[in-house]
Amino acid sequence: MGDITQQLQGVPLNHYIWLSTIIFTIGVIGVLTRRNAIVIFMSVELMLNAVNLLLTAFSVHSNDPSGQIFVFFIMTLAAAEVAIGLSIIVMVYRNTQSTDVNVLNRLKW
Amino acid sequence: MGTSVFYFVATLSVIFSLMVIFSKNPVHSVLYLIVTFFTFTVHYILLNAQFLAVVNFIVYMGAIMVLFLFVLMLLNLNKDNEPLKSTLVKVVGVIAGCCLVVTLVGTLKATAISDPVILRNPNLGLVKNLGKELFGPFMLPFELCSILLLSAMVGAILLTKKEKV
Repeated sequence: MGDITQQLQGVPLNHYIWLSTIIFTIGVIGVLTRRNAIVIFMSVELMLNAVNLLLTAFSVHSNDPSGQIFVFFIMTLAAAEVAIGLSIIVMVYRNTQSTDVNVLNRLKW
Repeated sequence: MGTSVFYFVATLSVIFSLMVIFSKNPVHSVLYLIVTFFTFTVHYILLNAQFLAVVNFIVYMGAIMVLFLFVLMLLNLNKDNEPLKSTLVKVVGVIAGCCLVVTLVGTLKATAISDPVILRNPNLGLVKNLGKELFGPFMLPFELCSILLLSAMVGAILLTKKEKV
């Protein structure tokens, strides 16, 4: 394990930020363009993971373990969010026989 | 050779996360998402965040993805069940995402930080170090997380229960 990480020394911090930006944006595009509620949830998970990776990279860069603790808390929050969200999706499916978010426009006006 | 591992895994992450949002079948989306999370685990290992790598592997790839797959199988979604959004909405969504990338990268160019990520303390991401941090200054948020998980569990059970017991 130490040998692998010793070889990593050359990656600039900018490249981590670019990678996280790209993956976060892929999540945003997924939320904007899909209509299936479960796929929208997956896109939210992608965004959370992009932020997690960036927090870890900054934590290693500035030699501070607090960033990795925050990642741990974000993972806890993601687990709770997925449990509640999926149960809401199950309830919506039970009422409308579909997971299409465009069906749920009764509160629109 | 060392940094090329990072670029290879980063390319895989981007490719698989693109396939998550562009595959038609939701089950394929979940499977691609599992592969994406695996590449994130490799990223954590490369950053020597071993505790986070293990937690990511167990919690995300084990628990959350199994939950997604269970719900997909419960709902019995077929491939043609999802009506597609109009092409205009898709194009506008992709354009908005590209604008977000341009804005963020432009902001980053203005700050101009490009120090290489150097692991100064090899014990930074190990369980011992993080445990001392977690049960020291972060004691209260850690306990609040347990309350959050408990309330989420109660909420999930209450939401999915039938009306008449």
